Amino acid sequence: MALEQIAGKTANEIDERFGSANFVKRSARKVFPDHWSFLLGEIALYSFIVLLLTGVFLTLWFKPSHMEVIYDGAYVPLRGVPMSEAYASTLQISFDVRGGLIIRQIHHWAALIFVAAMIVHMCRVFFTGAFRKPRETNWLIGVILIMLSFIEGLAGYSLPDDLLSGTGLRITEGVLLSLPVVGTYLTFFLFGGEFPGEEIIPRLYIAHVLLIPGIFLALITVHVMLVWYQKHTQYPLPGRTEKNAVGYPFFPVYTAKAGGFFFITFGVTTLLSAFASINPVWLFGPYTPGEISAGSQPDWYMGFLEGSLRLFPNWETTLLGFTIPWNVLGPALIIPGLLFTPMILYPFIERWVTGDNAEHHVLDRPRNVPTRTGLGVMALITWLILLAAGANDLIAVAFNMSINSITWGFRVLIFVVPPLAYVVTKRICLGLQRRDRDLVLHGRETGRIVRLPNGEMIEVHEPISDARKWELTQHRVPQPAEIGPLTDANGVPRRRILAAKVRATVSRFYFEDRVEPPTPAEVHELESSGHH
Amino acid sequence: MSDQRIHEGDTSGSKDVQASGTSHDALVGDEGTGAPGAGAESGHLVERPGQDGELTRTWGNPGLPSHVYRRSDVDPKAAQRREREVATFFGVSTLGTLLFIVAYFAIKPDGEDLLEEVSLSTKLLGLGLGLALFCIGAGAIHWAKTLMPDDEIVQDRKPMRSSDEDRAAAVEAMKEGAAGAGLGRRKLIRNSLLGAMAPLGLLAIIPLRDLGPLPGASLTGTWWRPGSRVVTDPTGRPIKAADIPIGTVIHVQPEGIEKASHPLNEKAKATTLVIRLEPDEIQDQKQRDWSVDGIVAYSKVCTHVGCPVGLYEQQTHHLLCPCHQSTFDVTRDCAVIFGPAARPLPQLPLDVDEEGYLVARDDYQEPVGPSFWERG
Amino acid sequence: MTRPRPGGPAALLGALSRRRRHRLAPALLLLLALVAMGAAYTAFAPTPQAEASNGQPTGSVDAGRALFLKNCSSCHGLNAEGSSDGPTLVGVGAASVDFQVTTGRMPAARLGAQVQQKPNQFTRQEVADLAAYVASLGPGPAIPDESQLDLSDADPARGGEIYRTNCSMCHNYAGSGGALTEGKYAPPLRGVEPRILYEAMLTGPQSMPVFGDHTMTPEEKRDIIAFIKTTEDEPSPGGASLGKLGPVTEGGIGWLVGIGALIGCAVWLGAKAR
Repeated sequence: MALEQIAGKTANEIDERFGSANFVKRSARKVFPDHWSFLLGEIALYSFIVLLLTGVFLTLWFKPSHMEVIYDGAYVPLRGVPMSEAYASTLQISFDVRGGLIIRQIHHWAALIFVAAMIVHMCRVFFTGAFRKPRETNWLIGVILIMLSFIEGLAGYSLPDDLLSGTGLRITEGVLLSLPVVGTYLTFFLFGGEFPGEEIIPRLYIAHVLLIPGIFLALITVHVMLVWYQKHTQYPLPGRTEKNAVGYPFFPVYTAKAGGFFFITFGVTTLLSAFASINPVWLFGPYTPGEISAGSQPDWYMGFLEGSLRLFPNWETTLLGFTIPWNVLGPALIIPGLLFTPMILYPFIERWVTGDNAEHHVLDRPRNVPTRTGLGVMALITWLILLAAGANDLIAVAFNMSINSITWGFRVLIFVVPPLAYVVTKRICLGLQRRDRDLVLHGRETGRIVRLPNGEMIEVHEPISDARKWELTQHRVPQPAEIGPLTDANGVPRRRILAAKVRATVSRFYFEDRVEPPTPAEVHELESSGHH
Repeated sequence: MSDQRIHEGDTSGSKDVQASGTSHDALVGDEGTGAPGAGAESGHLVERPGQDGELTRTWGNPGLPSHVYRRSDVDPKAAQRREREVATFFGVSTLGTLLFIVAYFAIKPDGEDLLEEVSLSTKLLGLGLGLALFCIGAGAIHWAKTLMPDDEIVQDRKPMRSSDEDRAAAVEAMKEGAAGAGLGRRKLIRNSLLGAMAPLGLLAIIPLRDLGPLPGASLTGTWWRPGSRVVTDPTGRPIKAADIPIGTVIHVQPEGIEKASHPLNEKAKATTLVIRLEPDEIQDQKQRDWSVDGIVAYSKVCTHVGCPVGLYEQQTHHLLCPCHQSTFDVTRDCAVIFGPAARPLPQLPLDVDEEGYLVARDDYQEPVGPSFWERG
Repeated sequence: MTRPRPGGPAALLGALSRRRRHRLAPALLLLLALVAMGAAYTAFAPTPQAEASNGQPTGSVDAGRALFLKNCSSCHGLNAEGSSDGPTLVGVGAASVDFQVTTGRMPAARLGAQVQQKPNQFTRQEVADLAAYVASLGPGPAIPDESQLDLSDADPARGGEIYRTNCSMCHNYAGSGGALTEGKYAPPLRGVEPRILYEAMLTGPQSMPVFGDHTMTPEEKRDIIAFIKTTEDEPSPGGASLGKLGPVTEGGIGWLVGIGALIGCAVWLGAKAR
């Protein structure tokens, strides 16, 4: 009883100041659609919180300074070696601070999981069409979050100033230098002069602990608030429509499940960090220009850039005394531009193609949108090939192959495999659609073979339930867009015909190959014709 | 199976359903009300716009399936067992916390067995913390799944678009405000405001000028001077030409570089490789002129994006950069034979002084390292 | 039979022959035979060689030549002058032979991009013989002696600095090895004997450059070896080291174990309870 009284009094005090009852009334029982694939974004969100918490711990000991010190700590193979304070303080955290190494490892594993979860979440959103109106803004925010996370991760793992990440900074400097006109200025402003300088670590530090996390917090808040306000999407399952939201109430079920999943995420990351070593900077040694290790790679999410750098041909042009290094600009600007621009613009591209201006709250089954699914797989495969190419030297050693052959192999694969992947994926989607259509028309195969009096052997099919029939036919398959009349009612040629023609062509590319969902009339016709 | 699942004809949880309201143009065609339990098996058909926009008769949304009860919903003993399971999770979590606390104070890594102790401490602290966190989560989720009501609730989803009245009111409010500001009428204010705001943005950028010095000619010279002795890196010993065996690669830097005001910056540009070939293996005339008895020196900074080109393959005379596999042929003035580098490595002209020590004849005659716009 | 006269060889023989059917006779005979064999072996077996100061047996040039002709001359020529299949061995020194043969790289089994390590098919003595023979052909690097391999005064930290400038670009920061061009590779350094490491630096086998004693002093070589030995033995304080190959394997585990486990938990979360 006392607890209720205290709770009541507290609620009263709060309500008298903030009018909170209105919010609680609406929100406590707010419905959240439930599916495991809706938790992927949460993995990213909770990993971010883990990063914040463990990151604060690390800031209590880390020294973002280039100042040279001679190590006299406990790790013998580095005693007497000159190194920056940044590196020395990382060693101190790892060896002298109790719990330091486990927190460092949680922080780094959480970063890898953070980016991976965002990518997986983005794939789920893409393949189910959750980016459609009214959620285009959230898609944009998501893409920005992913791109920011690459920079945040790069800044983070460069802070210890070890040989591996210092090499990465050298490559970053080389890439920046390649930019026409402004390259040298940007580089000198970023590094405070020549490489390595004494400014980059403190600057990366402030970007990593303040600037980018601040932007993250703002964007993530907007991202989650939009989901709250627009309500989460839901799969086309029985009972779900465009005009409702079906799921569990925020309090207590969603609170317990989502809150619990935060602890699960933190716990899994911690257990992984307890038993798997990550970023053992004491083995790399402190960064010194002139030193390098075989098999130097950045963290996995930068791998596609690394692969691009390895695969791009060695083209460079000199014009009127100025140099344009295509071999670096390609991987720095062109390839990311080709990958990210369609990604950013996709919701708008698809809306233009389909002419679909309606709100969508029910998701697509990926097989029902074969062109989108195929394009998505094609983009993923391209990115994966670049990622794998970034590890070509490790592949060479692991499989005892020539690194030159592997590089050439990847150069060929990057052009051959993605279109193939598109075609194969689209065909698989269409095939699955046909199978769904068959299920509706003919029912499911029971495996019972029956011999008819006339000698014919048939397999008995059992009709599926009407509920299942609805699930397999509820989707819409748009027709390819028409160009429309070339002249208007008065015979005047229409303006902007070219845009309409382009749209019609792309729309044909999207919707020409289609499988119509069957109707009850067709089923009835089949049944009455005696088809089994 | 039927004794484990109890179906109910009428589903619960329909109390939160509100009337679906009028269908707006903005929404995709009406799927029916989705009323729960309306027709899981009854096969109701609806009219809805088909593929070509015309209304066709097709299957309607069957509504929520009938609720399936869990054991813990019907059997109090099963519910109690679930309670105990949840409590066990929370109990293990407490044990994990305890493990963390004990391990933290029991193991202080220092001295002789540093790495073993850090290893043990990391594992125990991680196991403790990990179990503590994971089991709270698992317990909460298990509680929600098995004991909290799992009836699916249906809530109305209003279209995002505001009502026409709201839109009209908003437009009115903005019009009134704009009229009050009078920007449309008062062009002088509008123009001078724009004139003031636009350049204000510059004030955010201009103070960034001192982030760094202008590049100037920094990238075109290194610490090497005519007569700089070639010394080993990192041990700093000068090298006699006669002491260099064929097939060797020596990592070198200019003598005295540690006295520079920014030694690491200078080292990043001046780091160099000395290689000894058989004199007749050198194919390029300029390369031969700048060599001493088959001893050549090349910049170690890769012309691709700046990694140290360290891998010398003694038998093929190829220099390999480990980052992106640019390969340079030392017998042909480090011409690029594979990989993304576009330019050969710059050569350092060599000489020997009176005592036979290797010296640089001059600085590099071109900028070392990656290409940049003003390189020429 | 008349009783023999006591004493004399005939008496002994008589005593023996009278007891030849004693039940212990076979056992005694066996014992006698074994003792006789042992004595004969000890009398006729060659005396053990005096050990050289590096703990290696002293090699015999003649034995070495015989071994060379049988195992090496087909590629390296009858007088080690070289052929199209193998370079000349004049001047490569005992250190090269000790390295190549002890690691099993020589005799080469299959000429590919790079000669592979195999189990050594020779005894230590045979290796020493081969080395002595090749050393006799011309002056070359000698097998390091114990003082050069004594790590007690070595500085592994300084060795690490020198290693990271000269070695890690091929062999990786932790000695895990790395790729060279066209299928060649720098092998991993973990578990390699100090003597072999020293000889590799000294002789520059295959693609590896030569690190002569003037440009990399014996003390520096010793420090590098101390660094490799210290770090190869040390435990990985963070847990499983995942091959000491860097972010690639870490990324793989992050996806496989991290994301995999979390998606698994998500599926469990979303599944309906019974």
